[in-house]
Amino acid sequence: MAERCAVIGVGQTHHKSKREDVSIAGLVREAAKMALEDADLTWADIDAVVIGKAPDMFEGNMMPELYLAPALGAVGKPMFRVHTAGSVGGSTALVAAHLVKSGIHKRVLTVAYEKQSDSDAMWALSVPQPFAAPLLAGAGGYFAPHIRAYMRRSGAPEYIGRMVAVKDRKNAMRNPYAHLHLADIDMKMVEDSMMLWDPLRYLEACPSSDGAAAMVLSSEDAVSGHYPPAWIHGTAMRSEPTMFAGRDQINPQAGRDCSADVYAQAGITNPREQFDVAEVYVPFSWYEPMWLENLGFCELGDGWKLTESGATAFDGDIPWNASGGVLSSNPIGASGMLRFLEVAMQVRGQAGEHQVDGAKLALGQAYGGGSQFFSMWVVGSDKP
Amino acid sequence: MSDETTEDRGPVTTLATPIRLDFDFTPGIAQSKFLRGLERGKFMGQRCPTCGKVYVPSRGSCPTDGVPTTEDVELANVGTVTTYCVVNVPFAGQSIEIPYICAQVLLDGANLSFMGLIQEIPTDQIRMGMRVEAVWVEPDELTPSLASVRYFRPNGEPDADYETYKEYL
Amino acid sequence: MSAADATGRTPRPVSIASFAQSQNVRRDDEHNEVEMLMPVIAEVFGNIGITKDDVDFICSGSSDYLIGGPFSFVMALDAVGVWPPRSESHVEMDGAWALYEAWVLLQEGEIDAALVYSFGRSSLGDLNEILTLQLDPYYVAPLWPDTVSLAALQARALIDSGKATEADFAAIAARSRKDALANPKAQVANDLPVERLLEDDYVVSPLRRHALPPITDGAAAIVLAAGDKARQWADKPVWITGFDHRMETHSLGARDLTSSPSTKKAADVAGLADGPIDVAEIHAPYAHQEIIIKAALGLDDKVAINPSGGPLAANPIMSAGLIRIGEAAARISSGQAKRAVAHATSGPCLQQNLVCVLEGE
Repeated sequence: MAERCAVIGVGQTHHKSKREDVSIAGLVREAAKMALEDADLTWADIDAVVIGKAPDMFEGNMMPELYLAPALGAVGKPMFRVHTAGSVGGSTALVAAHLVKSGIHKRVLTVAYEKQSDSDAMWALSVPQPFAAPLLAGAGGYFAPHIRAYMRRSGAPEYIGRMVAVKDRKNAMRNPYAHLHLADIDMKMVEDSMMLWDPLRYLEACPSSDGAAAMVLSSEDAVSGHYPPAWIHGTAMRSEPTMFAGRDQINPQAGRDCSADVYAQAGITNPREQFDVAEVYVPFSWYEPMWLENLGFCELGDGWKLTESGATAFDGDIPWNASGGVLSSNPIGASGMLRFLEVAMQVRGQAGEHQVDGAKLALGQAYGGGSQFFSMWVVGSDKP
Repeated sequence: MSDETTEDRGPVTTLATPIRLDFDFTPGIAQSKFLRGLERGKFMGQRCPTCGKVYVPSRGSCPTDGVPTTEDVELANVGTVTTYCVVNVPFAGQSIEIPYICAQVLLDGANLSFMGLIQEIPTDQIRMGMRVEAVWVEPDELTPSLASVRYFRPNGEPDADYETYKEYL
Repeated sequence: MSAADATGRTPRPVSIASFAQSQNVRRDDEHNEVEMLMPVIAEVFGNIGITKDDVDFICSGSSDYLIGGPFSFVMALDAVGVWPPRSESHVEMDGAWALYEAWVLLQEGEIDAALVYSFGRSSLGDLNEILTLQLDPYYVAPLWPDTVSLAALQARALIDSGKATEADFAAIAARSRKDALANPKAQVANDLPVERLLEDDYVVSPLRRHALPPITDGAAAIVLAAGDKARQWADKPVWITGFDHRMETHSLGARDLTSSPSTKKAADVAGLADGPIDVAEIHAPYAHQEIIIKAALGLDDKVAINPSGGPLAANPIMSAGLIRIGEAAARISSGQAKRAVAHATSGPCLQQNLVCVLEGE
């Protein structure tokens, strides 16, 4: 019953640690205008705007859709604001897709952003509360113990994390929009970087970026633009409780269920074989092998072997994060949307230097919170 | 008056607009029991009537069953480090000297680990499975806050077997 | 021409299968968010004898800035118990928009039921200051205009335009709080004559104490159903027949504060004028705003407005809009109304507005 929906325009900012040249409105407009131009449309062609970002406290602006409405051409239109923690960029795109799939709108602009330099995100994450000891020191402090648990469970050698850190930064050299362009990156450089949250080193963690991402989604009868559309073959979201007895944070059930759902919609039975490329939310290097297992690209415990074999490298059989991924650009609220956007670029053949040859079917994944929120989509160059 | 024009001075790129907001915090009934326990030097948890799991601190519901946790359970002062990391990042509001060990501690009798600081051991000697005990502040310094727990330290027991805590990573 | 018009789509019928709300209070300092929500969610399921396993999607609305901590919606989910994992989403908006997201999913026809909930604790900080952070962060918020003063600017513009008087504001407040006497969940209910209210001091001229909403802690939940489930869970379902929301510009100076074109547009798209309306639940936190919304919706004096007492009787921010939809549906369920409209708003001086048209059988 649902309508077909496609990505017909993409745009993103140059992600940097500080975008002092633009306001928040300027930042989101930069991405949105690029997406409109790509779709060969103007603001007037857009029926509704869906915006997403991580906590409002990251910029000190409450419910920013109110302030951003005129900058995004949303005056007189429906405007919607999503917030699902780190997965928000992905779930924002999914809400936009549903507006088209349901037949309510024909062309929807979806935007996600973070301007971390406008405030202190680390502070925003560490608001003191009497039942929580101030131990975390940001997201790395939360995830590092789980990474250690993965290493123990899988028996992965400790250099695997460094391999991912190098691979994604090398990929970023092919992506002009990436925040980090580390031309000299190698295993030694990662190993020599500061140990922040043992076992996680500085260069195994994502940067803190200002940036925005935008896409124009359309119904089948409204397709336009300079590149062929990226057809959406499946969409799914899953959440599980943040903390509960017996919770597997290394291989969360919500992630497994979410991929099972989206694979069923897209007819995927062998993800490694069927996908040509994947963009997966890897903010800390070790999350590549963990998500390889969680997403069923290999057997449980074998994720690190896949990474080690080079299968996920740019020239491997299933490139992961050819754009450089979250490890190279992390405007938090937009990071999930960038995964969804990058796979759309791949199947549209517009990824430039980081284009994976002949990419036709691809997976975008985002996760958030303490690995309890997941959103995914599958896009392809062929109609579903 | 200067004859400098606006253009000469370049764009304004930064504008500091400090925001201060104060909030009251409402812990709720279940967390109040936990906090009141801390005030008495005890870890108080709650058991789910449906699945029987013990949560500490309980926020009032079983996260998987969505029902109120009603039975109060006093937990041991000792537990197991299920996993950990060593924090070496300075951040605003930090009160502990870096590097320090931030561990998931599973108290005996509980079904959920919580995050605790481990001290009295060099950071390179911490291990998964290590048995630890809570060190409390002096009795007259106890408050309804996690500040009542100074830290956890090794209690000398042999390490717990991986099988006993692998479900709680 | 609007997009929704252009698609010419007939919406899939979706019903408000169940509604529950907490007691609305000035301050609930006993319960945390989970404890506040649990009884509401138990009631919204219990009303129709279902469990969390009967809904296919969950969507919530809340704001971190009310609680003063990031990710406040995350732990609130523990009030539902999302295990095994569920398809779930959250909007940093009033629960009325969470309901909209769930309604959109139901339109696709692949799922048949959804739980929507929201919670608002307006009492934990200085609400007037908190809401200032909704304003342009570069040019307006640093001046710290408070939300009551902005509403007063709007009220002044309304008086100056000749569309209303201070006595009209008082009459709305008097009617709302008198009606609230019949609403056991209301926070402020009384029976005071207009003359007495006009003796109130100004908080910010021309708004006197009575024209302001109370500060409220509260939570609410709704179950949406379509297809067989809608029939199964109600003998006479209350159907959503039109649903839309629209945004206005942020700059107050660029708006005519005495009218609400976004409400009018949303009402047009939602097909409000397609039939007579018996009851309107209007999310007008300030008394004068009811006049603006009533005009934008084109309601005549025969329409019963805010029989629940409306936001002047209880205004849990982030839930008050969702409650309007629940209250309007309840009037249809009880047989008091055949067709009703619910309205929700967001932002300073009614910047964003949502219109939901409901019909019984």
